[in-house]
Amino acid sequence: MKSGYFPGCTLKTNAKNFEDSAMQIMEILGQPLEEMANWICCGTVFSMTTDDLMLQLSSIRNLLRAENQGYDELVALCSMCYNTLKRAKEFILNDEENLRKVNDFMYKEESTFKGTTDVVHLLSILKDRITFDEIQKKVTKPLKDLKIGAYYGCLLLRPKELAIDDFEDPSIMEELVDTLGGDGIVFPYRLECCGAYQTIIEKDVTIKRTYEIINSAREAGCEALITSCPLCAFNLDQRQKETSEEFLEFSTMPVFYFTELMALAFGIKWNKDWTKLHYVNPEPFLKKKGLI
Amino acid sequence: MNKIGVFVCHCGDNIAGTVDVERVAKEIAKYDGVAHSVDYTFMCSDPGQKMIKSAIQEKKLDGVIVASCSPTMHEGTFRKAAASAGLNPYQCEIANIREQCSWVHSDKEKGTQKAILIIKSMIEKLKMNEPLYPESMPTNKNVLVIGAGIAGIQAALDIAEAGHKVFLVEKKPYIGGHMIQLSVTFPTLDCSQCILTPKMVQIDQDENIELFVNSEVESIDGAVGNFKIKIKRTAQYINPDICTGCGDCVDTCPVLVPDEYEEGLSYRKAVYMSFPQVIPYTYTLDIDSCLGLDPIACGKCKEACKENAINYDLRDEIIEKTAGAVIIATGYDQYPMENIGEYGYGKYPDVVSGLQFERLIFAVGPSGGKMIRPSDGKPVKEIAFIQCAGSRDPERHLSHCSKICCMYTAKQAKMFKTKVPDGQAYIYYIDTRAAGKDYEEFLQKAQSDQRLIYIRGKVSRIYKEKDKMAISAYDTLSSKKIDAKVDMVVLALGLVPSPGTAELAHKYNLSVGTSGFLSEAHPKLRPVESVNLGFFLAGTCLGPKDIPETVAQASGAASKALALLAHDSVEKSPIIVQVDAEKCDGCGRCAEECIFDAITIDKIQNIAVIDEMKCKGCAYCIPECPHGAIEQKNLSDLQIYNMINAILTKDKKTETFEPKIICFLSEIGPYQAADLAGTGRMEYRPNAFIIKVLSISMLNENHILYALKHGADGVLISGSHPGESPYPGACLKAKERIDLIKSKVKNAGLDPNRIRLEWYAGRQAKGLATYVDNFVEYLKMTGPADSANWRSLN
Repeated sequence: MKSGYFPGCTLKTNAKNFEDSAMQIMEILGQPLEEMANWICCGTVFSMTTDDLMLQLSSIRNLLRAENQGYDELVALCSMCYNTLKRAKEFILNDEENLRKVNDFMYKEESTFKGTTDVVHLLSILKDRITFDEIQKKVTKPLKDLKIGAYYGCLLLRPKELAIDDFEDPSIMEELVDTLGGDGIVFPYRLECCGAYQTIIEKDVTIKRTYEIINSAREAGCEALITSCPLCAFNLDQRQKETSEEFLEFSTMPVFYFTELMALAFGIKWNKDWTKLHYVNPEPFLKKKGLI
Repeated sequence: MNKIGVFVCHCGDNIAGTVDVERVAKEIAKYDGVAHSVDYTFMCSDPGQKMIKSAIQEKKLDGVIVASCSPTMHEGTFRKAAASAGLNPYQCEIANIREQCSWVHSDKEKGTQKAILIIKSMIEKLKMNEPLYPESMPTNKNVLVIGAGIAGIQAALDIAEAGHKVFLVEKKPYIGGHMIQLSVTFPTLDCSQCILTPKMVQIDQDENIELFVNSEVESIDGAVGNFKIKIKRTAQYINPDICTGCGDCVDTCPVLVPDEYEEGLSYRKAVYMSFPQVIPYTYTLDIDSCLGLDPIACGKCKEACKENAINYDLRDEIIEKTAGAVIIATGYDQYPMENIGEYGYGKYPDVVSGLQFERLIFAVGPSGGKMIRPSDGKPVKEIAFIQCAGSRDPERHLSHCSKICCMYTAKQAKMFKTKVPDGQAYIYYIDTRAAGKDYEEFLQKAQSDQRLIYIRGKVSRIYKEKDKMAISAYDTLSSKKIDAKVDMVVLALGLVPSPGTAELAHKYNLSVGTSGFLSEAHPKLRPVESVNLGFFLAGTCLGPKDIPETVAQASGAASKALALLAHDSVEKSPIIVQVDAEKCDGCGRCAEECIFDAITIDKIQNIAVIDEMKCKGCAYCIPECPHGAIEQKNLSDLQIYNMINAILTKDKKTETFEPKIICFLSEIGPYQAADLAGTGRMEYRPNAFIIKVLSISMLNENHILYALKHGADGVLISGSHPGESPYPGACLKAKERIDLIKSKVKNAGLDPNRIRLEWYAGRQAKGLATYVDNFVEYLKMTGPADSANWRSLN
């Protein structure tokens, strides 16, 4: 089984902390991530337009290249990359006519697309392949007294065919937090929409979502949130700036990528550069908990 | 048979308009074996029938063909007429030249040609018909009723009233089913217990009814009119004759388990009485929750019983009974809340089912009739009812409408308002459906109540927020997302068949519909009969329905059973299979495959024996026999071949190629569709010739390939849809067989598309007609089949 890592655009820029921490924990877990060559945009949001195959090309080209590079699977960290690549693959493979057209169009690639490379999310690898028992063995600095809410959003769970866990009532991230020695808290708004790209068109919508989601988490007892989606992270973390301006009584909450907390629990030193990518400075919280 | 009389009917202009009937009669008169051939305006009229009778007597005819309308119309009429003139009724056959010819074709020349061929093929069949005599057996007058809910109770009472003995078998320790759990009934709001308990007492007191609670039917053998039944009764360990009902045993029992009667809202002991009005009135010892029937393990109840009514040495027993008919009334269950993730998978105690709400609001229920919530006993001020919980959601849950939920939700909301006058109820619905006497009026009243707010929208999620249940929904009328916080949520869960229905159906050859409920023999015209003779169905085992409908259906099933038992003997259609003793070597393959367990192997003579009462004539076994030793009575292999030959006789050279298609149509489904195509005057090409079979599962490779080897250009095989077939599983097996033949044909380099298999229900007339046209079109494009090539196929 040859695994390739598909970074996608954000992991190299705004979510560098996600990539860095993921790379480091996977080293420790003995399964280092190997970045595939020549990757391009994942296609961003999966297009539901059924008669415009151009919109699927970027995703399919990535998968074709992964096939040619001999990868049996592509591991995505970003929820959106995972969702888009996986859906595009199913959509094209399910229809012979589509498959033919896409291949005709990509005649300059080395070979034709067959769909032999699987798309998996890092969380699935952690749970199903490495197992939480093994992860627990690597924990040197348990996340003691950390009450963490896991925010799933939509892309890991919908549509239900590609859900990495029970799509109505997932528990994979809470279990991970518990494994790391923390307290995974289930809060009502963990599956609600973060506002997604409304953050560009109608910022107010996102601000209201952020306000409700963070408050819901706080009421349930969460001190911080984790996520696996850079877009959710942007909306829930960066937008807390505007949320604080809009709602005067609002108090902020740190938002992490789940790999950042894993890194801390594995005893990896907190990287000051990671802090710069957060809007809500997580350092005071981590200091208070004795983690840095 | 060489003195056959043929009677061609004009049916006014219905046949004579498109078929030159005089010419037909003249042509047929020349056919081998025909001694008499005439035409007449209305064969079914009195003079027409007299004409047939006198011809039989005067000309000493030994067989009769009436060329007229579909056999479903007048086969009975003409067979009766023939019988009254001294012929065996099975020596009279109908050539269907109206629905299959004159009504669907307009070209008189082609119509006439086709009519002649149809009649000739029926003559060929008739020539080898044997006189048949229906089997009859004395009827056992008892009735077995399975399930003692309201349907079973009503059916048992009706049958007992008619003077027959009834064995009423109930799995639970009490009778009354779900109805006895209900508070009040819609739309009259009369108390469910008050109307049901008198009937329950009647069951207990009626001398004609023998009640078995804690019991299940283990097996039913035999056939209609004579069933042998084994009932397994779980040991109760308490002798009801000695038990005084003092309850000392209950006080001392140390075990507590959720009470099923109270829908798990309260606890009961291992020795218990479900409710004070229970019938039969006795305590039950539940062995599954008991610590053990051993004085060392516990033994407290036995010690406490002053009357010595408790006996640990009792064991389960098997009781054997006989009956002539069986009524199945096994009822429903609620769709499991545990399946619905968006409503919390059943993990929130304050999200309750409709039945739990019934218990909560019941005056002497677990909360003593107080409207309190199960989690912490706090009073309920705000409540939400969610309709269609699990229903009408084909992608994830049930696809069907559970029919009663709109009404019972309205009822429950009204009751809530009576209990909590200052309370507030929200009712979430997709549609409201209130088709029933006084139902709409009842619902309208509920909807116009200020404190009952109807919101049109499906609830997407329920979650706990602080100590309230939060509900997210989208109001499709105002296009707004609505978030509500309430104290308790009631789910109007969909209805599913009670557990074990599938096994029951499998065991007794009852067919099951897509939603898992049992299927009627005919969804409209035989609503309480099953496809298995002697088994009748009533109540919610057939599908969701309310109490009035259930009771009506139970009485219907009872009267159908009584009609059967009114005969001193049961007669059965003699069209079944027979075994050729010379060919059969007793290998037993047919006995293994028979869906109705109608074949046994006589080990001494090494031969298969057909149980004539059990055999339904589906002839599923014919293709299974490796020796070709089984044939259907009056539709033997030779008869089929001769019919095909008669149809395929070379006509005069025509200029254009006109393909000939042999269609094997099942009597139920496609044959009815062909009739309906006639009635609806849906014209199709005159190239298709129909051979009626009881079920296409009788067809083997020889039958199908014979046609192609002897000049047919295509073969259409059609049965009723697998789910609707009266012979469960037979259609799919037929498909397997035909797929095999097709792949064999393909491997031999021949065109497998000349053999077609399609499913048609009786209603799909247009579909069948269009299919025939398209098939003809295909064959015209492909050209004639080279029968020599087909003959080289082994």
